[in-house]
Amino acid sequence: MVVLPYRYSAGRYGSRFLEALKDQKFLASRCRTCELVLVPPRIVCAGCFKKMEEFIDLPPTGSLTSYTQVTFPFIDPFTGEKRPIPYCYGMIRLDGADNTFQFFLEEKDIRRIRIGLRVRAVFREEREGTLRDILYFRTAEIPPDAET
Amino acid sequence: MARPVAIIGTGQTDHCSRRQDVSIPEMIHEAVDRALMNAGLSPASATSGGSGGVDAVIIGNMEHFEGIHLSDLWPVEGSGGFGKPGIKVATGGCTGTSLAIAAYYMVASGLYDRVMAVGWEMLSASAGETSTGIVTAFDPIYERPTLAGAISALAILACHYGERYRIPPEQAALAMVKARLNSSKNPHAHLKKPVTVDEVMASPMLSYPIRLLDMCPTSDGACAVIFASEEGVRNSAGRPSWVRAVASCHNHTYLGDTFSGSATYKNTLQAAARLAYRQAGITRPRREIDMAEIYSPCTFAELEWLEDLGFCGPGEGGRLIESGATEIGGDIPVNPSGGVLCTNPIGATGLIRVAEAAIQVRGEGGERQVPGVRTAMATGFGGSFWNEVLIVSGER
Repeated sequence: MVVLPYRYSAGRYGSRFLEALKDQKFLASRCRTCELVLVPPRIVCAGCFKKMEEFIDLPPTGSLTSYTQVTFPFIDPFTGEKRPIPYCYGMIRLDGADNTFQFFLEEKDIRRIRIGLRVRAVFREEREGTLRDILYFRTAEIPPDAET
Repeated sequence: MARPVAIIGTGQTDHCSRRQDVSIPEMIHEAVDRALMNAGLSPASATSGGSGGVDAVIIGNMEHFEGIHLSDLWPVEGSGGFGKPGIKVATGGCTGTSLAIAAYYMVASGLYDRVMAVGWEMLSASAGETSTGIVTAFDPIYERPTLAGAISALAILACHYGERYRIPPEQAALAMVKARLNSSKNPHAHLKKPVTVDEVMASPMLSYPIRLLDMCPTSDGACAVIFASEEGVRNSAGRPSWVRAVASCHNHTYLGDTFSGSATYKNTLQAAARLAYRQAGITRPRREIDMAEIYSPCTFAELEWLEDLGFCGPGEGGRLIESGATEIGGDIPVNPSGGVLCTNPIGATGLIRVAEAAIQVRGEGGERQVPGVRTAMATGFGGSFWNEVLIVSGER
């Protein structure tokens, strides 16, 4: 095994986002021109090319706008080994956000996932200000019947 | 004011899953040789420059797949680029169409009379493992942990599109059935074995709702296309295929923003197509375009993109394929070469779309020729869901 470590900077806004995860909050930035609320927060609104200077705390809840279950094997560039499959992830429209946040779903059965499903982030007990502070998003309503 | 630019020659390898018999420069040289021959230029003229040959060679591949660095270094000898101006273009899946657009700019600017664009990929070097490389194209903090390369990103798109319009997966499968029927008529295509809807539906699920036979392959191959000014067209062979429109539309950084279920979504294919149609004076695309080579990396995407190009209404892409309209004998043939679903040497893939459009205008399509093509379209897709569109025509 060859280890090739890289160190990426989260940046000024990203650092604040990661810090907020410790308090189980999702930090977003809001554009004063077009009023879009984007998570994670970013320094410039792409559409307006205006600096985003307003921050909003979003709740850890949202709705699923698309999803998939990954069932094919491939090498994970983080580990150099096969990423464990199957796993489900989705695009989550956090309540109050205009864009979507791509993250893991707790649910493993694809038949119990659908677009529009309400989900809630589950955090680790010990949080250190990294994306891994979020374990996954858990279904927050009675899911569709797996048999239908 | 941009000068008129024509494609005067195209060449491609016979694509396959593993070119163990050639090195990267050798593989590229095959495509270059064929393009020079097709343009009526002698292979020796590639290095002579000036009016006899090509003035500049630009190179593209999708970096990160072969595990080599400075991918513009490798093809110099095989392409005839020694001692000439050269630029590397690497825009992911869009690389090939970006190459074509860059070559167009170089000639249209008046600085060069003949420019050769060369796209290549030898995916067998990494045993076809493209997902790892594609994962590293995206944000390391927020999106790499979940992303499973192009397959899962396209699955997210397909799930959203499929549920929105209640598309039966069997309808998407028809795109592969059509693709394989067409590729069986194309000597350069990689996968040529005809498949049925049942076979697509029985193939293993890769990332819901995309199955193995919904997805493009990974291929080894190269493509070369020669662009020329009116001066450069003189003494070339075949019918010049004039570039009538080029459009490129870039997208957001994060997949969470580019995704069509997000309020930040920009339909870059629709936007690029609109720009290109305006440049070419096209108001009724389905009637005025005689054939299209669109960069559809999976079946579901082809359905959705037929709609974005204005060939049918929203949610009707599957029914358009079902109707037979997109077959070689239909009123809007799409991917008569078999397209990306059958052949995918990524850095060459977009350029092959452009080459195939020019081949159709030149009437050199052999068994895959669509009768009477005057106006043809090519699209490229890649990067963080951005799109490019070119329109070529027999008339200047």
